[in-house]
Amino acid sequence: MPTPTKGPRVGGGPAHERLILSNLATALFENDRITTTEAKAKRLRPLAERLITFAKRGDLAARRRVLAVVRDKGAVHRLFAEIAPDMAQREGGYTRITKIGARKGDNAPMAVIELVREPLSAKKATVKEAEAATKRAAKDAAAAPAEAAPAEEPTAAVEADEAAVSDAQADAPAVDLPEGAAPATTDGSAPEGYTVKGNASSKLYHEPDGQWYDQTVAEFWFKSAEDAEAAGFTKAGAKD
Amino acid sequence: MAVPKRKMSRSNTRSRRANWKATPTTLTTCPRCNAPRQPHIACPNCGTYNGRQYAEAERTEHQA
Repeated sequence: MPTPTKGPRVGGGPAHERLILSNLATALFENDRITTTEAKAKRLRPLAERLITFAKRGDLAARRRVLAVVRDKGAVHRLFAEIAPDMAQREGGYTRITKIGARKGDNAPMAVIELVREPLSAKKATVKEAEAATKRAAKDAAAAPAEAAPAEEPTAAVEADEAAVSDAQADAPAVDLPEGAAPATTDGSAPEGYTVKGNASSKLYHEPDGQWYDQTVAEFWFKSAEDAEAAGFTKAGAKD
Repeated sequence: MAVPKRKMSRSNTRSRRANWKATPTTLTTCPRCNAPRQPHIACPNCGTYNGRQYAEAERTEHQA
């Protein structure tokens, strides 16, 4: 028995369903992002990703297989010539579905399905993080002798970033300052010109218009969000 | 075909229907504009989701 199709059926019959899906795929490859119902977006995703995999292969046989679904030669050309190179580094996950709430009229849940064409940044982020960690560790190593701790080898601080971080938390946080930060004042008010709050334990920063700004007790103060990010802090709530 | 033998009483009808209850929508606050929004759905006020902008998600008071 063949595996049943995942997701809801669309249209009035198998031929109608094929037409709807191929029209959606054509529109997606022509426009990069389309707004449709959640159900259709979920049916379109596996089809579109499979077509992109063919496009990455790039030969004539692959092109003909894509043309069997997407009848528009212009859209297929765009897929092979422009979209496929952008996806070269990506191993799947070529599309992204974001829900945008219900449609007025029939209350159908709507979604935006878009091609993820921005360059793959996960590795870059890791490299950046590692560089920042090295910088922090080096700074700690430089600061350690100055803090009258001759027993502690400077190399020990460099050894591992985790060690450096735990050191920083063990010490008074005000002593171990990230770059571009000012220590918290005793009464909790902002130092002159510093408006962004930094939380040492969560490594998050809060801008004055942020949701948790008022309730945050700042260990560090930054002049701007860029300074905070340069010091390895991330924006509070950015993950949500 | 099986058919009901007796008319269903008003009491039975009503006690069945009494269990059709609406549940309140779960809401969170948007990290950017603090407006209430449903989780996993782009904010209807400012259109952001996970740091990305979706103008299609924006709804006016009238549309919501």
